[in-house]
Amino acid sequence: MALTGNESNQLVAHLFRHEAGRIASVLTCMFGFDRLDLAEDIVQDTMVQALQSWRFHGVPDNPRAWLYRVARNKALDVVRREKRFREMSTETAYGHQQENADTMQDRYFFDEEITDSQLRMLFAICHPAIGAESQMAMCLKILCGLSVREIAGAFLTTEETIAKRIYRAKEKLRQDGIQLEVPTGAQLLVRLDAVLKSIYLLFSEGYNSSNSDQLIRQDLCEEAMRLCLLLAQTPRTQRPSVDALLALMCFQAARFDARTDANGAIILLADQDRSRWNQTLIQQGHIYLNRSAEGAGPSEYHLEAGIAMLHCIAPTYEATSWSTVLMYYDLLLALKPSPVVALHRAVALAKVEGPQKALIEVANLSGLDAMHHYHAVLGDLYEQCGQVEPARIHYQRAMQLTTSMAEKELLRRKTER
Amino acid sequence: MDKFMLVFHSPYSQETAFMEMSPEAMQAEIQKWNTWIGGIAAQGKLIGTDALAPVGKTMTKGGQVITDGPFTEGKEIVGGYMLLTAASLDEAVELAKGCPMFDSDGTVEVRPIINFE
Repeated sequence: MALTGNESNQLVAHLFRHEAGRIASVLTCMFGFDRLDLAEDIVQDTMVQALQSWRFHGVPDNPRAWLYRVARNKALDVVRREKRFREMSTETAYGHQQENADTMQDRYFFDEEITDSQLRMLFAICHPAIGAESQMAMCLKILCGLSVREIAGAFLTTEETIAKRIYRAKEKLRQDGIQLEVPTGAQLLVRLDAVLKSIYLLFSEGYNSSNSDQLIRQDLCEEAMRLCLLLAQTPRTQRPSVDALLALMCFQAARFDARTDANGAIILLADQDRSRWNQTLIQQGHIYLNRSAEGAGPSEYHLEAGIAMLHCIAPTYEATSWSTVLMYYDLLLALKPSPVVALHRAVALAKVEGPQKALIEVANLSGLDAMHHYHAVLGDLYEQCGQVEPARIHYQRAMQLTTSMAEKELLRRKTER
Repeated sequence: MDKFMLVFHSPYSQETAFMEMSPEAMQAEIQKWNTWIGGIAAQGKLIGTDALAPVGKTMTKGGQVITDGPFTEGKEIVGGYMLLTAASLDEAVELAKGCPMFDSDGTVEVRPIINFE
């Protein structure tokens, strides 16, 4: 009954959330995809048991081992109760269906097996057959241990919407018989592309969303980076594009805090206090970018990481190596022709060849009229050209289009200059 | 030093609410309790503390009638207790003030343990 003196043990930040994700992956690999809901129930039971016990008795010396032991025992109870050892899903694919409960428990909760389970889950969830929004919701729910309510909060939508997205993903996984496995050979590269796309989408959601809750947004970025790190730390999935995406996210995340002031108002890159940039993340970005420089030609992530890196190493906005930034944008545009990339390129072009030239380029872009960023860039270019009236019109248009209060405020300040 | 028992009463809905909590929220809840209990333990005043599961049986009529409960919706149940030492009832009340029960509409009953010596 007495407290054992463990009360001083502190829990690592997000331990519960991250372990919930690990345990859900391991249990799903153990039971098969059709029992995903059962795996989630066991995870929740395990976490509640920890809550009940640790609240009063303090945190045990090895919290992870405690959680794994309890989850494993709950899983074994289910297995024994159902006596479905022989029918255990072929998805387990380890070929040890004959094993008894004792050897099974040892096998599934080794670090390697945990990582392997998470990777299988990641590839399954990010299967191209599943919609992007459902993929993100599933990643956050199953792999990252967020609740439906927390995900709804992050995406500024209702719990019902998120529950539907998750339901649709689970149905699709079942209907299409998507396998819980990491593809090999040529398949790996194709599927890895899809996984990286989902991860970057998740990161961008946190980095660029109009959600005013800074913590939730930072959480999304961190979770996306954690998933990418999982790929980067595993030899068979550590490809140049994986390292490049991780580098890109490091360089961008380094500037996360410096992008807003104490009141939540947006500070543009040009005006950011560069001493607030996270040097540790920038260093990590360099390490992954260096590591990514092998294999065939650069991926879009290499080029975007290169651009983000150039911003991170520039002493001031004006002293940024704009001509190199422009060159990377030229390559990116060749690789991924899109009006959005062309719009970003125009900002660099204005620095290298002047705002007039950039204005002509932007005027030739189509399909961006409903995008607030397009009008913000146009307003800025007109302002640089000294054309006050068109600048004001585009800033106002951008203001009407953005849903972010911080962005509206920034644009309002600009129109009043 | 006298002994006291703190009895934690919580709405039944709170006990079941744990099942709906996110892992992140559970971790925050643990940290709140650990901070409060750790503070009392650091003063050498903690004897012991435990949680009670929100399930069980109620026996009546000489033990002949055994029912599930008495945990009906909307009722308060005893969710846990703590034994501690304090110089006075006032001090025990002071120590109980930081109890995280209060964050979730809970009640804390502070009862002196009768000393027969």
